[in-house]
Amino acid sequence: MSIQVRIPAPLRKLTKDQEVVAIEGAATIADVLANLDTAFPGLTERICDEQGNVRRFVNIFVNDEDIRFLEEKATAVKAGDEISIVPAIAGG
Amino acid sequence: MSQTQTFFSNLKCRECGRLYPKEAIHICEFDFGPLEAAYDYDLIAKHLNREVIASRPQTMWRYRELLPIDGEPTVGQQVGFTPLVRADRLAAKLGVDELYIKNDTVNYPTLSFKDRVVSVALSRARELGFEIVACASTGNLANSVAANAAAAGLKSYVLIPADLERSKVVGSLIYGTQVIGIHGAYDQVNRLCSEIAGKYGWGFVNVNLRPYYAEGSKSMGFEIAEQFGWKIPKHTVIPMASGSLLTKIHKAYKEFIRIGVLEEASFAVHGAQASGCSPISTAKKKNTDMVKPVPNPKTIVKSLAIGTPADGYYALRTLAETGGSAEDCTDEEVIDGIRMLAEYAGVFAETAGGVTVACARKLIESGKIPRNESIVLCITGHGLKTQEAIHGECGEARLINPSLREFEALIANDNIQQSSAAAH
Repeated sequence: MSIQVRIPAPLRKLTKDQEVVAIEGAATIADVLANLDTAFPGLTERICDEQGNVRRFVNIFVNDEDIRFLEEKATAVKAGDEISIVPAIAGG
Repeated sequence: MSQTQTFFSNLKCRECGRLYPKEAIHICEFDFGPLEAAYDYDLIAKHLNREVIASRPQTMWRYRELLPIDGEPTVGQQVGFTPLVRADRLAAKLGVDELYIKNDTVNYPTLSFKDRVVSVALSRARELGFEIVACASTGNLANSVAANAAAAGLKSYVLIPADLERSKVVGSLIYGTQVIGIHGAYDQVNRLCSEIAGKYGWGFVNVNLRPYYAEGSKSMGFEIAEQFGWKIPKHTVIPMASGSLLTKIHKAYKEFIRIGVLEEASFAVHGAQASGCSPISTAKKKNTDMVKPVPNPKTIVKSLAIGTPADGYYALRTLAETGGSAEDCTDEEVIDGIRMLAEYAGVFAETAGGVTVACARKLIESGKIPRNESIVLCITGHGLKTQEAIHGECGEARLINPSLREFEALIANDNIQQSSAAAH
């Protein structure tokens, strides 16, 4: 069983319009991002800055939990998890 | 409108400056930075001055060249130009010389500043051809989208946290909108909306229409400066949820200086939050620009309960740039603030207004706002929308029979003198 990653609309040009991408063999969010970049070159540099940190305006969720409340990029993931990459949005 | 199209030129990434076409997009494809409307200020300066503005109808659209639509507004043409009221009794209570209320509790049509942003967002939604509009909301935005969409004949969906104040839920339902309550906090509603927006072709006011929506808040700043006598008050105190309003009032002041409507002047904008959800003021007090999200906001101030404030970073930059401060207050202080504003200025504000007053008081008492400088408090929504919050906090009516004897017994302790004119 793989890990499902939901790709936000602005990045789907890089995933050939796929909304959901399956990732195999990742143990952490960092692995997921590395695997994504192998499958879709250029994707990770959109999500992470030059230092490799998740960009200020990107939120990553593992099964609905923001990784900022978990272990950031070291957050563990396992087969069957659902990961969402969501841009920050305003409101009120 | 061929002439007006050129004032608003592009969308532009706030981070890297890349330019984008004026479509229903909201983030930069390269770094996820928010897109913001960009204007041709030199051209605007040739068309807009104090006389031109003053000659126009008293609505937010008198600053139309600085708002991001192509043609004339088709939704919310009557929104804005709410009163800026000098509040001398409240000033005396707070121990300051010069205090004003920017009173958006009487904004048209839904009694909050959100009518400003929705007017722009839905006018733009029509220009872009949307037939269904939607939003994630803590209540006020939902009310405004529902009302303005109804008036414009657009179909609307509003998504709100399921536990909102009843008045705010009814205040959306009445317009015939589709109200969807989500079991979860606002940030979860927002996240769902971002996923829906990516899947359905709807105009989401605070997602894919955000660059247009957010600019509507500037009109509050334009109005303050005009009504203050074409000057910028020394201090403007603004409630913060996502932090967007604070950054846009600041942008409005700067744009007026940029196009020559105002002279360069020093001013500070200050941010106010509820302690139960204060990610921005907490970061400010810790002197960091890393806004730590609040996972479970706990406050009666539901309209400001955004744990992951999208514009928190920019709000902090604005505070730093203007020398402003941030403060936060407890629920008890919020209620005191609501009562003080009502009892000393005659304005009944929703909980966010209580936050603004309570935080302004703290900023004055701590010396961050000097007592002899001009202060404007931005009061953004009406108290009738959050009556639950003050229920039981302002007493009850005293009940008597229709008898003069009972009335006189009742007021015997009120220290009221019968006036001589009415004595015979």
